[in-house]
Amino acid sequence: MIEVQHLTKRYGRVTAVEDVSFRVERGEILGFLGPNGAGKTTTMRILTGYMPATEGKAIVAGFDVFDQPVEAKRRTGYLPETPPLYPDMTVAEYLTFVARIKGVPSNERLQRIRGVMERTRIADMANRMCSKLSKGYKQRVGLAQALIHNPDVLILDEPTAGLDPKQIIETRQLIKALAGDHTIILSTHILPEVSQTCQRVVIINKGHVVAVDTPDNLTARLRGNETMYVQVDAGGVDATGALTRVPGVMRVAESDRRDGIVGYEVESGSGHDVRRDLARAVVASGWGLLELRPMRMSLEEVFLSVTTEELPTAPAAGTETANE
Amino acid sequence: MSNVLAIANKELRSYFSSPIAYVVIGLFALLYGYFFVALLAYFVRMSMQAGQFGMQGPQAVNVNQQVIRGVMQNVTILVLFLMPMVTMRSYAEEKRSGTMELLLTSPLTDFQIVMGKFLGALALWVVMLAVSLIHMGLLFIYGNPEWKPILTAYLGLLLLGGCFIAVGLFISSLTKNQIVAGMVTFAVFLLLWIIEWIGSFSGPTVDKLTTYLSIIGHFDDFSKGVIDTTHLIYYLSFITFGLFLTAKSVDSERWRG
Repeated sequence: MIEVQHLTKRYGRVTAVEDVSFRVERGEILGFLGPNGAGKTTTMRILTGYMPATEGKAIVAGFDVFDQPVEAKRRTGYLPETPPLYPDMTVAEYLTFVARIKGVPSNERLQRIRGVMERTRIADMANRMCSKLSKGYKQRVGLAQALIHNPDVLILDEPTAGLDPKQIIETRQLIKALAGDHTIILSTHILPEVSQTCQRVVIINKGHVVAVDTPDNLTARLRGNETMYVQVDAGGVDATGALTRVPGVMRVAESDRRDGIVGYEVESGSGHDVRRDLARAVVASGWGLLELRPMRMSLEEVFLSVTTEELPTAPAAGTETANE
Repeated sequence: MSNVLAIANKELRSYFSSPIAYVVIGLFALLYGYFFVALLAYFVRMSMQAGQFGMQGPQAVNVNQQVIRGVMQNVTILVLFLMPMVTMRSYAEEKRSGTMELLLTSPLTDFQIVMGKFLGALALWVVMLAVSLIHMGLLFIYGNPEWKPILTAYLGLLLLGGCFIAVGLFISSLTKNQIVAGMVTFAVFLLLWIIEWIGSFSGPTVDKLTTYLSIIGHFDDFSKGVIDTTHLIYYLSFITFGLFLTAKSVDSERWRG
């Protein structure tokens, strides 16, 4: 549905995006993840035909956004970072105007407007001036605007920014519900959002794509070794030695200490479940075992590791440090 | 065409839902009224004197010549001051508030957007001119002016306003800042207005050129009741060129990002 090939965008000497390629299949939700200034918005603006790329190609719904911009735009709904509202129009007036310029036939217009207002839960604000709306409502009117012509492709630049927690959940549900009929790209820097809503993730950093995969694969790929958190009441005795002697344990590091209670991070090779032996070792030494739980590498850590290193070769790197 | 009208309609509504339309129309009505009264008072005294000295005949005093033409000439000054207020926000505001992103990602061509904005501003100008028809109506009630030169004068004013709007749109498309757009527009209008002054001192070629370029010079014939295709073509090509530059400016902004 969306195909991006070797996209490069330069502003004068500054390169915002370089050689970005990815594909999005019909009905899929793709998460576009990256720190601020990574080139997310630039890529989205190219896809929506707001600006042309310096090099490369982008095909949206079967139309090249540069060669057939009007056809591509007819099939694309776009919610920019700041919802593009006219402050001196009411919500209903605004949506009518958008429906007109997006080419919604006049006999379907009213029905479409009513439909999107219901879906985005803004019907109660229909006669409110756009300038008087709260941030959350502005964002939802922006979303309604993107949906009004029932586009094949939806491009959403941080759709949940500025919403309260309840609205965030509602918006995510709405986006998920839209996925079947629409192909969606959404950008965000909120990581749980990606794992909750997206089927695939593109991580972009400094204008380069650093990883493309499903959220689960990305976390698994970078986890490598298992790490356990063990909290022990050893009465002032250092438990490091006893824990290191447990078979399968590769490294033990103290992570916190409070009133004689010490927390350790115990790293073991993948495939070894060391929990039983760890518990036995602690109890056998006569100490109190207060906590024992596996530490998962969250998407957050994945994100940090791929955006701080050049390429995601983390599993190998992880083993090396453990051997030291 | 439906796209163009959608934008024109939106533009016109936004003028009237903000104070701009009311301020511009109000100021126009006030100043126009002042010019009208001043010229009419002068005309009344002139015709009384003419009556006292027993001068007769159509040459001596003529409403068309002495009131209407004068008033129309003065309207060109009002355009100079008021039109920057109309056009300065048109692109600058869309760029500042991010709504430009909506327009440029909608299935519209740059030309449709430019035309829509042009027609929207032109419609406001038509409303302003309509206000001035009230005064003309008074002349018809109490006097007997000829209507044909009035018609041509209004055609001339419409075209003149169109030129100013085209230039104003272009300047507005160059910046995000309304104030900058307004000031530059005013300066450029003034320059177009006074460009022929320089001609009289500097040789026949320059004189001819500046006279041709002077936006006001071309209005003279319209106010006399003459439709000369030279002037018609000047105004129409001026408008076309202005709109072309605006469309190109929007396009080039895309490339620069």
